[in-house]
Amino acid sequence: MEIGKMKPAQVTTIGYTLRANMRQYAMLFALIVIMIFFQIATNGVLLWPMNVTNLILQNSYVLILAIGMTLCILTGGNIDLSVGSVAAFTAAIIGTLIINHKVDVTLAICIGLLIGVAIGAWQGFWIAYVRIPPFIATLAGMLLFRGLTNTILKGLTLSPFPRSFQMISSGYIPDFFPNVSNLNLTPIVVAVLLSLLLLYVQIRNRKKKFENGMEIMPRSLFVTQLVIMILAINLFALALAAHKGLPIILVILGVLIFIYHFFTTKTVPGRYIYALGGNEKAAVLSGIDTKKVLFFVYLNMSVLSAIAGIAFAARTNSAFPLMGNGFEMDAIAACFIGGASATGGIGTVIGTIIGALVMGVLNNGMSIMGIGIDWQMTIKGFVLLMAVAFDVYSKNKSK
Amino acid sequence: MQTILEMKNITKSFGGVKALSNVNFQVTAGEIHALVGENGAGKSTLMNVLSGVLPYGTYSGDIFYKGNHCIFRSIRDSEKNGIVIIHQELALIPYLSIGENIFLGNERAKSGVIDWERTYLEATQILEKVGLRDNPHMLVKDLGVGKQQLVEIAKALAKDVQLLILDEPTAALNEEDADNLLKLLLELKKSGITSILISHKLHEVIKVADSITILRDGATIETLKVNHDTICEDRIIKGMVGRELLDRFPKRAPRIGDVYFEVKNWNVDDPLIEGRRVIKDVNIKVHKGEIVGISGLMGSGRTEFAMSVFGKAYGKNISGQIFKDGQEIQLNNVQQAINNGLAYVTEDRKTAGLIAIEDIKHNISLSSLNKISKRLVIDDNLENKAAMSYREKLDIKSSSIYQKVQNLSGGNQQKVVLAKWIFAAPDILILDEPTRGIDVGAKYEIYTIINQLAEEGKAIIFISSELPEILGICDRIYVMNEGRIVGELMKEEASQENIMKCIMQSNRGRY
Repeated sequence: MEIGKMKPAQVTTIGYTLRANMRQYAMLFALIVIMIFFQIATNGVLLWPMNVTNLILQNSYVLILAIGMTLCILTGGNIDLSVGSVAAFTAAIIGTLIINHKVDVTLAICIGLLIGVAIGAWQGFWIAYVRIPPFIATLAGMLLFRGLTNTILKGLTLSPFPRSFQMISSGYIPDFFPNVSNLNLTPIVVAVLLSLLLLYVQIRNRKKKFENGMEIMPRSLFVTQLVIMILAINLFALALAAHKGLPIILVILGVLIFIYHFFTTKTVPGRYIYALGGNEKAAVLSGIDTKKVLFFVYLNMSVLSAIAGIAFAARTNSAFPLMGNGFEMDAIAACFIGGASATGGIGTVIGTIIGALVMGVLNNGMSIMGIGIDWQMTIKGFVLLMAVAFDVYSKNKSK
Repeated sequence: MQTILEMKNITKSFGGVKALSNVNFQVTAGEIHALVGENGAGKSTLMNVLSGVLPYGTYSGDIFYKGNHCIFRSIRDSEKNGIVIIHQELALIPYLSIGENIFLGNERAKSGVIDWERTYLEATQILEKVGLRDNPHMLVKDLGVGKQQLVEIAKALAKDVQLLILDEPTAALNEEDADNLLKLLLELKKSGITSILISHKLHEVIKVADSITILRDGATIETLKVNHDTICEDRIIKGMVGRELLDRFPKRAPRIGDVYFEVKNWNVDDPLIEGRRVIKDVNIKVHKGEIVGISGLMGSGRTEFAMSVFGKAYGKNISGQIFKDGQEIQLNNVQQAINNGLAYVTEDRKTAGLIAIEDIKHNISLSSLNKISKRLVIDDNLENKAAMSYREKLDIKSSSIYQKVQNLSGGNQQKVVLAKWIFAAPDILILDEPTRGIDVGAKYEIYTIINQLAEEGKAIIFISSELPEILGICDRIYVMNEGRIVGELMKEEASQENIMKCIMQSNRGRY
């Protein structure tokens, strides 16, 4: 392969960069506005250290599901309706193993994950190789695994789990450092380390792009962006530190977000998912085994559902027949609010996380304000509609 | 005889490319008027203008129908006036009954409630007129193509058609069905219906038409009256292709090596219609550094052949052998085909060649991700460099490699597709209509790229409906018709007349 000759780097204008990434900035902006609104409306309760920690704990399982759902939607607007049922089914099995049969917690979790793999292979097979539309295949899965959950639990609630299992969703990373003025130092240390890493990676990438003559954003915007990100990370860490420290589930979540962000943006299979959703015919004719891609996306979704099921069981300290009901809708909404396209090929893991946080903050903020669950749903539905309408509108405008 | 339709100075452009320029077209009441010309001559565009598929205001010029100036904003407007077009791809709903299809959009209803009694009664009467004796309750999917075509005509009759336009009505029919259809046209003529017939099958045209208008390059060449002139196919062909070849093709001194790629006894069945063979005993070979053309009309099986060779991307029950450099190779999927050095540039870049919502960079790298990745992780810098280098080499006019390909012009989109496959470093390139729908300047650039590839010693198969292009760029030409190779011509002996003759003779051979 011949490598093109070096060209001077092109620094774009602020306006261009903002326009090119309008969707992401708009969503982030919306999140910030919503947070400020509730911060005022709840007299500052929203960003209380305890509430910030709660926000994470409450939304962790939806975030996990939304990551997997992003991949499904990327393949062509396909959704997975079965995630709530699969989560419940996994929780039911693990609950039976741990509570009724006294199976070791680690072993039970491993079995739970394997069940996720098996269910994923089952659904992936029908969707990718038999070509049953995902909507129908997963609707069947939704009924099927809900039914099996009921059968296993005999309609009853299993409780309580041992302390070691509950730790997944309610435990914190032990504090390695002496407490300073009632602050748990672990999250702060982690945040500082993350900030340094972010700084290093961002600056290195920018330099590399510059050397290779690629487009880069103007320095002022670059610095502003970095400062905001680092500020956000550290303020967030401070809030955690002022409460009980770094939740274990947040670490799990952080690792998952990192892995899937990397997977979708930097790897070959990740690129295949975008290609499949962008134009299946073209993907096939480019030598991509689209069936395999579809299969693994649904396999992955069920594994993440199993993880979410474990996290939810640990949080509620129980396994019950109706658990996870409606999770699929929260996850799907998060993806679309986060900018995923209903026809596939467009969307990001980070966007989905922002979308899920918008929903999470709405839920949490409205609960603090004492708004009833009925109105909460109405408002969430409206937000979803507006977010997607904004998407469609801006797309039509750019045409 | 009075004129029923007159189209005056019709000009229509698609994004800078003129599809029709100052076309004049006149039809006498009660006649069958044939419209002939090569693919891309503008026949279908002209009919789309007439029927309101391309609404008033998107073209310039005037249409007079029965002496009135017409402003058709949609098909509905033209149908109200009794002008009905039957497209090449039939517009029937397979899972509705014959009767329901006949009155689709034109339901026999009273204040929105369908009168089924009347629907099926009238359907039976209309079916009688077109000579179809099937039960109108039958589903359309259970009919053969010939009968479906008759249902289309019945549908037109239900709309009180006065001017019937048929776009290649016999293209998919066997000879018996085609004959029946032509007879029906003559019947309809007797009952006073005027028809415009678009067809590539000149013997059919001569058989039924009263007048023939020839279009070429979006302009009217001549109108022949069948009664007055003595008409033969050669006379029409001359009108269709008789253009001078200007210097539209870059020069090249071919350096042709050994036989490099060979397909033997290739047979392919239609994947949807049981037992229908679309490719029949095709044998072709390509030398190193050679550009081999496959010429043929639309529907002759060129694309089906190319795609079936490219890792069986089309068809079923595929049999035959493929040799590369003397070795037999198995190409069971697209990945294998690419690994064996094949590349296929699709006929339709928008639906099968490009990912429109992605940027130039991601499109170029799509078939070659293994070259820019290590352990499945993509090296962003390598990808950028590759994309930038091809953007420069092929002169892809764009703001940057991050521009979405949907915002590029047709010519530049095609260059992205070519870049994608050149990056995959194939030995054998199959180019299917690589210059379709792009302007003359961009065509020249694409020919230059193709010539360069041939000079690098690649074997190239060049598929095109445009005869001048095939003649201008290929070293050797296979002529394909109805799934068979019906002629092989060296550059020296090839001419538009010779190619058309190969096709016409093979058509005639079946009678």
